[in-house]
Amino acid sequence: MRRFTLISVPYIWLLALFLIPFVIVFKIALSDAAIARPPYLPLLEFSEGWAGIKAFFSELDFENFVWLTEDDLYWKAYLSSLKIALVSTLFTLLIGYPIAYGMARAPNEWRPTLLMLMILPFWTSFLIRVYAWMGILSTEGLLNQLLMGLGLITEPLMILNTNVAVYIGIVYTYLPFLVLPVYAALEKLDDSLLEAAEDLGCSRFSAFWLVTVPLSRSGILAGCFLVFIPVLGEFVIPSLLGGSGTLMIGKVLFEEFFSNRDWPVASAVAVILLLILIVPIVLFQMNQQKQQEAGK
Amino acid sequence: MAQTIFAPWDDPEEKPLIEFVNVTKRFGDFTAIDNLSQQIYAREFFALLGPSGCGKTTMMRMLAGFETPTEGKILLGGQDIGAIPPNKRSVNMMFQSYALFPHLSIWENIAFGLKREGKDKEFIQARVDEMLRLTRLEAFARRKPHQISGGQRQRVALARSLAKAPKLLLLDEPLGALDKKLREETQFELMDIQESTGTTFVIVTHDQEEAMTVASRVAVMDHGKIIQVATPQNIYEAPNSVYVADFIGDVNLIKGQAKARDIVEGDDTSGGLELHWGEGHAPLVAANGDTALAGKEVVLALRPEKMSISKEHPAAANALKGKVIDIGYLGNISTYHVELDNGTMVKAQIANTRRVSRRQITWEDEVWLSFSATAAIVLEG
Ligand SMILES: Nc1ncnc2c1ncn2[C@@H]1O[C@H](COP(=O)(O)OP(=O)(O)OP(=O)(O)O)[C@@H](O)[C@H]1O
Ligand SMILES: [Mg+2]
Repeated sequence: MRRFTLISVPYIWLLALFLIPFVIVFKIALSDAAIARPPYLPLLEFSEGWAGIKAFFSELDFENFVWLTEDDLYWKAYLSSLKIALVSTLFTLLIGYPIAYGMARAPNEWRPTLLMLMILPFWTSFLIRVYAWMGILSTEGLLNQLLMGLGLITEPLMILNTNVAVYIGIVYTYLPFLVLPVYAALEKLDDSLLEAAEDLGCSRFSAFWLVTVPLSRSGILAGCFLVFIPVLGEFVIPSLLGGSGTLMIGKVLFEEFFSNRDWPVASAVAVILLLILIVPIVLFQMNQQKQQEAGK
Repeated sequence: MAQTIFAPWDDPEEKPLIEFVNVTKRFGDFTAIDNLSQQIYAREFFALLGPSGCGKTTMMRMLAGFETPTEGKILLGGQDIGAIPPNKRSVNMMFQSYALFPHLSIWENIAFGLKREGKDKEFIQARVDEMLRLTRLEAFARRKPHQISGGQRQRVALARSLAKAPKLLLLDEPLGALDKKLREETQFELMDIQESTGTTFVIVTHDQEEAMTVASRVAVMDHGKIIQVATPQNIYEAPNSVYVADFIGDVNLIKGQAKARDIVEGDDTSGGLELHWGEGHAPLVAANGDTALAGKEVVLALRPEKMSISKEHPAAANALKGKVIDIGYLGNISTYHVELDNGTMVKAQIANTRRVSRRQITWEDEVWLSFSATAAIVLEG
């Protein structure tokens, strides 16, 4: 009985905070838009009894999902989101891995400070930090002023409101999510393994590829998923730093919801996004589980 | 057929394979290796013995290339290896912590060094199989290091370091985690490998018996210095200091004043030194004592197995009277702990040639311990 209660707690949690909201969103996705409050039909009417429930279900259909396949805006937005998420994950890895490596190799007494510096920005609002990037990247911004002041460029660079700004914003924001798991994996690495590799004929470089990288693999994967999964549905960064050319599904979702007030289509977009996200989420979970088993 | 004795260290013509020249290694202010000079010859089985923290691993790590001497230099085949990185030295090391690659199987661990050499597939396969057979690990080839026992891991580490058949093999406590039987087998295996491949071995061990069994020479270290280097027999029979005598095996140490003895023509138990060690005790005779020590405070070192025990006063050069306090029965031998009249405790080891019930000496018995005029060694106090 006690075991049952223990297990049921997380399941009730999931049911209340994930499954029920999902069912509601899915139901809206099957409805039709209407000028009403709430802006969709049908609504479930229990007052009419059994007939009312039957009428309610007969009016639900997959129209909105069909619509998503008809207008190419949507699948282009999904693809473009995937691309942006992949590319920015790659950049985050390229920048984050050396940072994590440097932190793990730093003298023991330095490490808490370095870790602190990595986490510190989290204590300010995310929005403020993104706005700060607008100040840095705009045509009159700090970056352009600096480059022009140094005489490196004569015309200001157009960075803000382009995909480049989106990439910068994403890499900046999500860097700690990658650095921390990679650092955790690298910190556990036993130095004598690298010595053994060198002793057996590896150069420093090949010892890195043959020992360090494979042994930090689960950290790398965890970090990449922690970046990739939220970036795929990212909305704030592309809308603040991106331009009209930046197509991301999170932005489309927002516009359907708030500008068009088409809740059913917005819900359908969200349901598909969730289905796409299930793949990396499951892979992430499998990686975490494997890591835990290896740690035993 | 006259067998030549392997003793290149006695041959002035012989060039050493390894030469430590005034090597000092400091970690911060701490001196781990203190102005150490030592030569090790090709095909030697050189054992390093010493208490924990005396610098054995540090010496190995300098040979492997993971530490550079703070002062002095190390020559390998006459060439200063200070600037040569570990992967360019034909030296392999078996790590005290094993350092097996956790992400690779046992097979891949052993093949690791061979693959880096770019050997072809069949060669690697054959060599790894040979190593697996040697270390009796065939059944575990596909497992990962965390799926095997501590002793098996140690054998993998050994197999991995042997696989490349290096010129110089460094073994840092290679057999500590094995049971006695497997350890003895592996010791003989190592000696076989050494003979068949001509590899030079430097081995660190805490097991004196092991050092005695496998080594051509044993070096006893203390605080970053080598105190004595000698063949196992000499280091046991002729230690050069109280430290070495005490460190290797069991020993009774009796302090006293040395006096020179007269030399009688035709008597080979005359001459040498005698030790005056207490009022009312007959001096102890050491005919092999170095007369240069005459008049000095000295220590008489005496191995327990060189003594006899009896109830009657024996007709021996040296006799000590005392009372049996304790008897340690070890099966093949017994150790008698005897208290002399002045309170000194002395150990005597006697082979148990008779069944226990037939022996007549027991606790609280007054006994005589005796030893010959050449059994003891006189060392500077
Ligand atoms: N990297 C290092 N930094 C500081 N001190 C060190 C370092 N490596 C070794 N030492 C010190 O040098 C001394 C010799 O160490 P070493 O590892 O050679 O001992 P050892 O003889 O192998 O001991 P054990 O038998 O316990 O393995 C020790 O006192 C140790 O604390
Ligand atoms: Mg050691």
